[in-house]
Amino acid sequence: MKAIKYIGLVIFLIGLTIFTATIFTGSFSLSAAELDEFIQSKGYQSELIKEELSKAVVTNEPLDIFEFSSRVKIAFDNSNHYYNTLITKYNKEKNWDEKGKQYQYLIYGKPHTLSYELAKKAGKGYVRDHAGLLWWLTFGLGIIGALLFILPNVILLGKPGIKNNGIYLESPTNRGWIAWLVLVYLVTFYLLLYFMADYVVNWTYILDPVSRALNGGEASQWFVYGFLYCVIMIVMGVRMYVKYRYNKYQMVRTTSVLFFQIVFAFLIPEIMVSLNAPGYDFKNAFPLDYDFFFEWNLKSLTESGSIGLFILVWGIILTIVIVPIMVYFFGKRWYCSWVCGCGGLAETLGDPYRQHSDKSLKAWKLERWLIHSVLVFSLVMSIVTVYCYLSGTSSFLGINSQWIKDTYSFLIGAWFAGVIGTGFYPIFGNRVWCRFGCPLAAYLGLVQRFKSRFRITTNGGQCISCGNCSTYCEQGIDVRAYAQKGENIVRASCVGCGICSAVCPRGVLKLENGPLEGRINPNDILLGNDVNLMDLVNQK
Amino acid sequence: MEHIVIIGNGISGVTLARHIRKNSEKKITIVSAETDYFFSRTALMYIYMGHMKYEHTQPYENWFWKKNQIELKKGFVEEIDTENKELIFSNKETLSYDKLVLAVGSKPNKFGWPGQDLEGVQGLYHKQDLENLEKHAPNNKVCKRAVIVGGGLIGIELAEMLHTRNIPVTFLVREKSFWNGVLPKGESEMINRHIVENHIDLRLGVNLKEIKEDENGHCRSIVIAETGEEIACDLVGLTAGVSPNIEFLKESEFETNRGILVNRFLETNVKDVYAIGDCAEQRKAIGNRRPIEAVWYTGRMMGETLAQTLCGNPLEYKPGHWFNSAKFFDIEYQTYGWVFSERHKKDSEIHFHWKHEDDYKCITVAYEKDSNKFLGINTFGIRMRHEIFDKWLTEERSVHHVMEHLADANFDPEFYKAHEREIVSKFNTENNTNIQPKKKSWKRIFAKA
Repeated sequence: MKAIKYIGLVIFLIGLTIFTATIFTGSFSLSAAELDEFIQSKGYQSELIKEELSKAVVTNEPLDIFEFSSRVKIAFDNSNHYYNTLITKYNKEKNWDEKGKQYQYLIYGKPHTLSYELAKKAGKGYVRDHAGLLWWLTFGLGIIGALLFILPNVILLGKPGIKNNGIYLESPTNRGWIAWLVLVYLVTFYLLLYFMADYVVNWTYILDPVSRALNGGEASQWFVYGFLYCVIMIVMGVRMYVKYRYNKYQMVRTTSVLFFQIVFAFLIPEIMVSLNAPGYDFKNAFPLDYDFFFEWNLKSLTESGSIGLFILVWGIILTIVIVPIMVYFFGKRWYCSWVCGCGGLAETLGDPYRQHSDKSLKAWKLERWLIHSVLVFSLVMSIVTVYCYLSGTSSFLGINSQWIKDTYSFLIGAWFAGVIGTGFYPIFGNRVWCRFGCPLAAYLGLVQRFKSRFRITTNGGQCISCGNCSTYCEQGIDVRAYAQKGENIVRASCVGCGICSAVCPRGVLKLENGPLEGRINPNDILLGNDVNLMDLVNQK
Repeated sequence: MEHIVIIGNGISGVTLARHIRKNSEKKITIVSAETDYFFSRTALMYIYMGHMKYEHTQPYENWFWKKNQIELKKGFVEEIDTENKELIFSNKETLSYDKLVLAVGSKPNKFGWPGQDLEGVQGLYHKQDLENLEKHAPNNKVCKRAVIVGGGLIGIELAEMLHTRNIPVTFLVREKSFWNGVLPKGESEMINRHIVENHIDLRLGVNLKEIKEDENGHCRSIVIAETGEEIACDLVGLTAGVSPNIEFLKESEFETNRGILVNRFLETNVKDVYAIGDCAEQRKAIGNRRPIEAVWYTGRMMGETLAQTLCGNPLEYKPGHWFNSAKFFDIEYQTYGWVFSERHKKDSEIHFHWKHEDDYKCITVAYEKDSNKFLGINTFGIRMRHEIFDKWLTEERSVHHVMEHLADANFDPEFYKAHEREIVSKFNTENNTNIQPKKKSWKRIFAKA
């Protein structure tokens, strides 16, 4: 059994290595005709960019993606530099007419985006020509290897029960060098994905056939991310099934997050795109779905007929009505650990790292400041955006709409949710984003704290303060602090993953939806002592 | 300001200190020789198993003590000068007190076995024991076999710990069946099977004769008294219970028996000195309880009680209904009220026993023969609500009431399969009754006793 695991690990690493190595393969160049077509499709007015780009990428030289990217960037910079210089010059001369004319020639966006779009057309090579084979060598080996590593645990873990043996004795789960290596890999992955997508254009070739089958178009970097996300969640979901196979709550919950990720976040949007409708994730509620009220989205929805209108209404009702009502009845867990995509990844890929969340009081204070600030930030941004959309202005309350959107997307959307949120799993735990940053979680948390039937019940005086619950709480809640006082746990940040209850050796914790009365019991109702003493202690 | 000094930073001493602080501004000092800060002794096993690190077993962050003005002093008390109200430490430092509380806990029992003090022979109680275990049994290369002597709760925990590092374990149990002085037969036998299933070499009904030494003063093997069999081993775990850690009081004026004798106010025979937790021995046992209760929960309760007394509200120690919990490898155990083993139960105590076919779950309900009064329940593999049973015991409910409302008591996680119907149907068959189990009711669960 151990041997199978190690073989699996080797196969997985081979798959991962090939996947990573594909980045460095292929050659990139365009014909003059292809470039013309591209420039026309983009509607660039600048003559210069055409000239610069054809110098850069219309070539017989075998350029790798990095060389290709840097040449595109130079072309981009040269063109913009030329027109910017003219703008400055005319500005000095106070020649407003000429100055105004120059703006149409500027290329907006980021050089890596332009480079990605060009590269997607320009790539040639083994990976693109043998996408099917490469799929097997990367995704295929990765999946098979991982499953070979995971499945023997059905036998190796022994009898049903919590088996956290060795978690703090082994490098990957005890912040050892393997954990740091994983962190570096994940962070690099996110940086490439968000900011240098052209470098990973080869990955999109591997998934072109899959993408064409699903939505008729070629794969983008976001398709790669979505597909990879689903694959990782399924494989690590299998790990959850094996690890918690005796725990029905975990089995049902894992099935739920997998279902919502695969069907709602991945398949339905892809199918909608293939039907020429806007691709929409029906479970992704604002303000987690922070660009819901961005002009481009509102425009796209209002121009998409009845389906667009439906999405617009649904999105608003989801946030204002459905979300709080569901939290009232079931706690925020219905979303955060049963439905949400971010939560889904945290509960599958992130499960081996859940023990790393900081349990200190300081961390809790930081959490409350940060997460509520992000909530306010997202609301202010949306108000500004919607006002500007409706009124046709570019700023509101002195806040520039484009600036605040860009700032939020960059800081919160990309860095916080992606690079830090997932990249830092192996060191800071699997819920960094959900705990410190997610504005939806902040909103759900407020409802959960003040008006919900959900609580974690403490079983009388049975707690022995062992600390397993606090250690394995991914949200950094010091569960024990409540349990050892006989108090129920009612906390805004609890996502109801149920692991505290699973790891408790004395059966002290139970997630429940019950009447509001008696939900929060701040007295030290420690059972065992005689009634008079209890009255006394509780008088405080 | 009155200075209260507590010797021992375990659950009793720390609970006491916290509750004194809640009720007063008195000066509090906690003295310990074991660790700087309070940790959960019950969690030591999880450190060895790799579930947690030592710092995770500390229920309070290190700033907590200063913030609550509880002074911590590390040191070993050698002598108590009750005349001058002064503690004398092993380094001859002194500390004076106005009131002194002895919460010094226990130490593992050793019954004079030859070789009991050899290297590699140890109990599992102190943090230092854990460090020794890492030294003598870090893996199955260094420790090719371990022998555990004594079939109680700590013994089975030690077996589980060693098992997680794939160290072969021989488990010597004096009784004919595991813990059958406490557990009724059906349960005890189920645990026997569970131990064996976890590849522990369980030897029932045997005693240790001696521990043999190798050339380095380390244990080499043990000999079983009954059979004379010699078993080679690199670690011997002595887990035949604990007794009060009161060696340092032997020559003093304190009245002691096995523990420090206290009255119901937890006062010792010396003025202004109290004793709580594992080391305290009631002059007269309370109800069905033992005079010395070395249990986490009772230690905590004594701390809560004494805090009231020391803060000017004299209160007797009056523990409520008995409860306890443990875990045997993967099987959780909870008990509420009294369920005695065959060895100790009265004839009037009737047991109803139900066991699930998977052999991991069972319950035993004890009730009085003629009145049908519910006396207590042992539950294995099914979690049950403490509050509900506490209420039923206070209300002196009948066993029929318990059966009828068993669903109210279930505390298993959501979606778990419920067994109430099966249990009640077995009860009906055995007792010619026709009890219909009721659905869970929040109203009943929240109703106060």
